[in-house]
Parts: sequence; C-alpha cells; structure tokens
Amino acid sequence: MVETVDTYLDAASSDWYKQRLAIMLFCIAVAIIILFFRLLYLQVIEGEEYKRLSENNCIRIQSTPPPRGLIFDRNGELLVDNRPSFDLYITVKDAKPLARTLENLVRFLNVPMSELKAKIVNSGTRVYYKPILLKKDIGRDVLALVEAHKFDLPGVLVKVDPRRHYIYKQSAAHLIGYLGEINREELKLSYYKDIRPGELIGKFGIEKKYEVHLIGKRGGCQVEVNSMGQVVRLLKTVDAIPGHNLLLTIDHKLQKKAEELLANVSGAVVAMEPATGQILAMASSPSFDQNAFVNGMSYKEWDILKSNPFRPMENKVIQAEYPPASPYKIITAIAALEEGIIDQTNSLFCPGHYRFGNRNYRCWKRTGHGKVNVVSALEESCDVFFYYVSQRLGIDRISRYARACGLGTATGIALAHEAKGLVPTAEWKKRRHGIRWQKGETLSVGIGQGYNLVTPLQMVVFISAIANKGKRVVPLVVSHIETAQGNIVRKSAVKMNGSLPASPGTLAIIRKSLWKVVNSRRGTARNVRIKGIEFTGKTGTAQVFSHKGTNSDRKKTIEYHLKSHAWFVGYAPFHNPKIAVAVIVEHGGDDTNMASPIASKLAELYLKSDSHF
Amino acid sequence: MFDRRLIKYFDWGLLWLTIILGLVGIITLYSAISAGANNPHEMFHIKQLVWYGIGIVAMVACFLIDYKTIEQWSHVIYTGCISLLVLVLGYGKLVSGSRRWLGLGPVSIQPSEFIKIALIFVLARYYSRLVNTRGLTIRELITPIVLTAIPFGLIVRQPDLGTAMLLILIAGSMTVFVKIERRSLSYIVASCTVAIPLVWLLLKDYQKQRILTFLYPEREPLGAGYHIIQSKIAIGSGMISGKGFLKGTQNALSFLPEQHTDFIFSVLAEEWGLIGTTGLLFLFLMLTACGLSVAHGCRDPFGIILAVGVVSMISWQVIINISMVIGLMPVVGVPLPFISYGGSSVVSMMICIGLLMNISMRRFMIK
Repeated sequence: MVETVDTYLDAASSDWYKQRLAIMLFCIAVAIIILFFRLLYLQVIEGEEYKRLSENNCIRIQSTPPPRGLIFDRNGELLVDNRPSFDLYITVKDAKPLARTLENLVRFLNVPMSELKAKIVNSGTRVYYKPILLKKDIGRDVLALVEAHKFDLPGVLVKVDPRRHYIYKQSAAHLIGYLGEINREELKLSYYKDIRPGELIGKFGIEKKYEVHLIGKRGGCQVEVNSMGQVVRLLKTVDAIPGHNLLLTIDHKLQKKAEELLANVSGAVVAMEPATGQILAMASSPSFDQNAFVNGMSYKEWDILKSNPFRPMENKVIQAEYPPASPYKIITAIAALEEGIIDQTNSLFCPGHYRFGNRNYRCWKRTGHGKVNVVSALEESCDVFFYYVSQRLGIDRISRYARACGLGTATGIALAHEAKGLVPTAEWKKRRHGIRWQKGETLSVGIGQGYNLVTPLQMVVFISAIANKGKRVVPLVVSHIETAQGNIVRKSAVKMNGSLPASPGTLAIIRKSLWKVVNSRRGTARNVRIKGIEFTGKTGTAQVFSHKGTNSDRKKTIEYHLKSHAWFVGYAPFHNPKIAVAVIVEHGGDDTNMASPIASKLAELYLKSDSHF
Repeated sequence: MFDRRLIKYFDWGLLWLTIILGLVGIITLYSAISAGANNPHEMFHIKQLVWYGIGIVAMVACFLIDYKTIEQWSHVIYTGCISLLVLVLGYGKLVSGSRRWLGLGPVSIQPSEFIKIALIFVLARYYSRLVNTRGLTIRELITPIVLTAIPFGLIVRQPDLGTAMLLILIAGSMTVFVKIERRSLSYIVASCTVAIPLVWLLLKDYQKQRILTFLYPEREPLGAGYHIIQSKIAIGSGMISGKGFLKGTQNALSFLPEQHTDFIFSVLAEEWGLIGTTGLLFLFLMLTACGLSVAHGCRDPFGIILAVGVVSMISWQVIINISMVIGLMPVVGVPLPFISYGGSSVVSMMICIGLLMNISMRRFMIK
C-alpha cells in the first residue's frame, strides 16, 4: 500500500479536480432539465391531443403483401402470375355489436356462424385492434354485397391480396411446385424470419427453392381510423417491393407436348440441352392442380392425392428411382473398352443364353443374336455379350465406372428432394444386407438390372455427356432472375461437372452404336427414327419382376403392377446435338417399348419448330 | 484491519436512493406486464426481485473489498470480460438476429453489461497514473483507444449498436474529465471530420440504409417509427397526474413495444404523469449528485476517476433511454438503469453503487 501514498493529491490538484467535477455535474443537470422540458411539452402542452389519440387507439398499421415474382418459360411466355383475391377481415374492437355484425355476415358469406366464431377464437390474438381473417377469396359477387351493406358491417374490411395463379393447369406442376401455409416448424427457421403465421410460402419445386427471390418485401401504411375502424386518414406509406421474376429454361410448348404424350400413363420425361444443361422439359405423370393448394385444400382432397397409387405428388424425374436396364449397358461397354477387356473387333457368339456357375442367364432374344461385337451388342441390346464382359470386369470395376458416369450421386439440380439412386458394390451389399456378393449378381448389374437404381434426371445428364463428347454438365432449371423492372439479378452460367471416364475413341464407338440402335436395319428402336433427323439413343426394359421358366405366354397374363418399365434415353441430331431426352413409362415395357416413341416425337417437335434455329 | 471509520463514512444517502429506485422499478414492471400481456408465465417482476437479491450480494461484495485491491486486478477483470464477449459471438443465444446473451444453465447473462465496468476500471487505472493539469497527449491516448476499441468491435459484431456507442461515451467522458491537451484535441477533432465521410463512402448500400433508418425512424413508419408514435402517445396521454397505477391503456392494449425493457419509461409516464416522470428525473439527478460528491470527497486520483466513470455510465444510460422513448433520439437498445427488466443490467448497476460506496467509505484511509 506504499505506492498509494505518493499518488495522494496536494491541495492544488484537489481543487483542479473539484472544479472539473462541478462542470460535470452541471452538464448532467442541463441534460436532465432538457428531458424535463420535453416531458413538460409532451404531457402538458400536447397532453390533450395525445390523450385523444390514446382513447381511440386509432393509429393502426396496415400491411401490404408484396406481389410474388412471376415465372416465365425460356421464350418469355408467362406461366405463373398473381390475380387479385378479395379477403374478408374483421377487427373485433371496432365490430360493435359483434354478434349482430357476424349474423349479417353469415347471410352474405354462406358460412355457418360457428365457423366464423371459431376463426376469431382460434386467431389466438388478444390484441383486438388487429384484423382477423374470416374468409379468403370471397369473389366479386360477395364483395359487391359486403360493400353495399358497409354500414351494417362495422369493423369488417376487405383487403385485396395478390393470389398465386398457375396459368396452365397441371402443367409443369412438379417443376414449378406450389405454395402452402407456413407451418410451426418453418416459422422457427431464420430463413423465414419475415413470414408471419397464416402466410403462404413455396412448399415444393421452384417455388420452394427460389423462395428468397420470389417473396419480395412487405410494405404497409400507418393510418388513422375512426371508431368504426374505417380509415379516415393515411399517415405514411411504404410501398411493397415485388419479388424477382424467374425465367425458366423450359420451353412451354415442349413441356405441353411431353405432358400430352404422358397422358394416361404413369411415368416421366425430361429433356435437356446437352451443351448447357438447360432443362427444356420436365414432366411427371400423373400431375396435380397447383391452384388447389393455393386456394386451400380440404383434408379429404389431400388424402386422395396422397393415397393415389400412381404417386401424383412425386416429381418422378428427380425423386423416383428405377433400375436403369439396357441403357446401363453403355456404361458396361465403356468400362470394358477402357479396361482393355475387349476392343471394337472382338466378337462373341450369342446362343440366347449364358452359362455361369450352374445357372443359365437368358438373353432377351431367345433364339440368340449369333456373332456379336460391342457395336452390334449395343445396337441389338444383346444380354449375353454384356454378361460375358461384366463377369470379366467384376462388380467393383463396373461400379467405379458407374459412379464416374454420375450415377449414385445427385446431379446438383436446384430442386429439393433429389434422389441419389444406387450404385451397388460388394461392400455395400455386405453392409446393407449382411450377405456376401454373389458373382452371378454382377451379371445382372452389368445389364442394368439387379440392385441398380437411377433417376430419369441422372440418365438424361449421362446421355447428354455422351452427346457432349464426354463433358458432364449440371442441369439448370432457371436461366435468369430479374427484378420486376427487368434488371438482371442473376444469370445462370453453364456449370461443368467433370468428364466421363472414356477416351475419345471409346466415345466414338459408343456414339456409333447408339446411332445404329435407331437408324440401322436391326436396331431395337428402328421404329422411332425421325425423317430428316439423325436420332440416336438406347431403349431399355426394367424388370419389376423376374420371369423364371420359358413360358412366354405368361407375359400376357402378368398383372399391371408386375409389368416391366420402359426406358428410352437419347439425343438428336447425331452431329451437333441440340436435345437429349430420358423417358420412363412405368409398366410400359413388356409388349412394345412405350418410351421410345415419346422421346422421338419430342425431339422431332423441338428440332422441327423454327424458333430454335 | 477492520476500521470503524468504514461504517462512519458509509454513504446512507446512496443506499436509500438505490432502494427507492429499485422499488419504483419493480412497481412499474409489475404494471407493465400485468396490464398488457395476460401471460402468467412471464413473472418478470418476481424474476427482477431475484436479480435484485443477487445484485445486493454483488454490491456488498464490491464495497467490502478495498477498491485499491480491485485496482490491482483490473486487467484480469477486463481480460475475463473480453473472453466472455468472444464466447458470446461464438456460442451466444441468437435472439431476433443478434447474439448478446450467454446461457449459463437456467439464467443467461449479457457480458456487454459487465465490460462497461471493466473498461471503467482499466481506464481509471491508466489515467490515474498520467493525469496532470496540462492534459493528455495523443501518444498517451493510444492505449485507452485500443482498450475501448476491442470491446467496441466485439459488441458491434453482436450486433448491439446501443451498448457499443455507450462504451465510447463512457470512455470519452472519462477522457474529457482528465483533460486532453489542446493540440491533441484539435488533432482528434480534425481526424474525425475527415474520417467520418470516408467511412460513409466505404459502407455498403444496405449498411447506409440501416444507419439512416436508425437516425431517422420516420423512414420506417411500420417499425421503429410506429413504436415512437405509440410511445409518445403513451407518455403524452399521462398528462400531469397520470392515469393511475395499472390504468395505462396504451400499455394494456400492447401498443408499446418492449414495454418491460427499453420502453418501460413510457409505462411509468402514462400511469404517473408529469409528477411521476419529474420525480424519477429528480431521483436520477440526486443519484448523480451523490456519485459526484463521492468523487469530491475522495483524495486519490484512481478513486476520483473511477467514480466519474461510474457516474457517467449511469447518467448516459438514463439520458439516452429517456431521450429515445420521448422521441429525441434514435431507438437503440439501452435499458433504463434500475427500472428496465434485465438481470445483467440490474446486477451491473448494483455493482456500480457498491463501488461508489466503497470509494466513499475509504476516503480517509491513509496508511
């Protein structure tokens, strides 16, 4: 404590401090006196006026919802907009007497009294000056009635809200998605911090994924109301800022065509520009009416949609997983050529079956293909040839190539719920099923059956890479985002995603084979060639149920849900490809392949319409 | 060791003022929450009483230990508070977009309330060794600037502009009190005049918008602007004698934002009128005078500067909070000392009182 002694003050510096302390006290006193005068002004001079304002509680905030961004197709055709909806609200504090006002409303609205009362109780608000929503979208006729009887309906107000409107019913419903009321869990997320209970947010597809862009910014006004709750003076206004508009990559005409071609079947179509990854059409069948979601759907309607066995609520392009079937042979062929197991000239005799272990593995052509090499094996989709090379390759090498071709991982499209598919390996089977890999299973995998699972989107990205000289792209659904005034906010750029594990020579062999599938005398898709356009691709039949025995008559009696799926993946034109397509028709593959005509017609429409050249 | 003069020089005036302010706070808080929100779970007035209990323990602890002993530890206290602020940035609870609270089991503390006191300590220690009638030079000001800038930066990151600004005001008041050399002062003023427009140019557009809205709440008539109008209606409608205890209508209809924390003064003004508001202002003026008289009686520089820091902290908060609810200043989250609900705020205020008592009790101790 010795050091404190020398810091003690002498008389002179003590006076210096005292002087400064006095100045400080003076400053604080002045500040407090200013506060006092301000309070005197507010509470005495303006007190009466504030008392009046407080008695009526008449300054309110009315909120103006922002119009949601519009959605266009690649050619600027409007797909989704907003229409005015007249929503009826009541301000309980102003609706005096409440009972009589509600009785009057019941007559106009055609809604039972109990429901109106429940709405008021359930609003959960204890703040009675806030308007409570009674009925959405009352329509122009009821609006006219309500306006005409304004004086019998104190505290009742009609607000015009923009309501989402999907112009083409059921079209691109899975891609665009729909809106729904925000739920409790979503309200807790900071992502939705500006959204209030009862408001609609994107729940699926583009509407969900691009919510931040589409939503815009809420505006509102400060108003003074009279004792009836009617606005007498507008004090201040903040304009709502509309959400950003989206230009999709899809072509509405092509989309429509794809949906027409899928009508009456369950399945999916996806078309893509191979060089850019822009999705030209994305259809999933059956579809649903998006407007029903916006207008509010009853539990019963929702139940019907959910329990439909054809799964209308699923975007089959990205969410459904199927065995890839014969298109997978392209991957097996790449692996075999790259690993040096075969070359273009090696040939093999197909007697119609392949003996492995103590089992006979059948070729789809019972009589056999005779002498085949890699090109004719793809052209005629010979199973035996690929049994042989798969056995030589082994499961691990095949799965490595499948992964490198983009299977088993998400493509990276900007949509939620994308499925990853499955690339089976020996290690995976051990882990998943606890059983050792059987060598015979390699044969099934090599021709695209067995445990293999892919989405149509993965297949279109894969076939695009073949068309694209091996370059894989990330699929895009939004080409650009702009403000309501038309200023570009973001423009999507082509995003590369590595290359196929194939040399230019291998790819040339594959492309030649795929060309033959459609255009040669013995090709499996010869029936869908397009006049004047070199269409290229691969058919496939994915087994849902494996037929044992040889009785071919049994096929005709198979129940619908056990029938095989039909695949087609392809692109056109052969030189300088402009469109790649993947089509799956569920249970449409047993008699004739129902997928290939859809792909062919779509490519033809796209390439023959003038707008693209 | 124990000296009877400690009791002789105990500052009873300060104690009485604190008790009265605490009671006014609890009563207003009770009114603020019971009239408006019918939410029985939010027993803020009971919780506040518990905080006052903790505050009294902290206060007693603060005047029992000789402040010169605390002086030796001031750097440790400062470093501890800074570490807590760093922790808040990493692990703090996210409440409406900012991280200010650190959860500790059932309670959460707001380290930014305590860094104010820690900063007062380190600055008082630093200045007490340099102070002279000529004033401080620029070179001597570098350390205080760094000491203030560290917590300032951390609090801005939370973000809590109100508290960050308060740190600068407290440090500034202490610095002006110990006097700055005239030439240094002109340098500081000149560099600020140059720096402010430069910083403005560097800011992003949305940051400029945010600052403008902060300065002119009328720019946001649906948010801060609306709150100010409602607060003014509440205060003005109290008139001279007020609407009476528990009779505030603005409060009852939940028109007031944050009625139990930052806007609690409006509740008091509505129910007790000009008589109540003037009374409260008078109490705060008395508290300031008491605090400064403690400094007046003290005879070592550290004690004087410490008392000045504490008084400036209390008075700045009073002035800023009241100015904000009566529409003289932008809305910043600064609580009203002793009245606003908030554990960390109550405890830190009680520590301040404890420190003033400490200095007062030991004014004649010479060894």
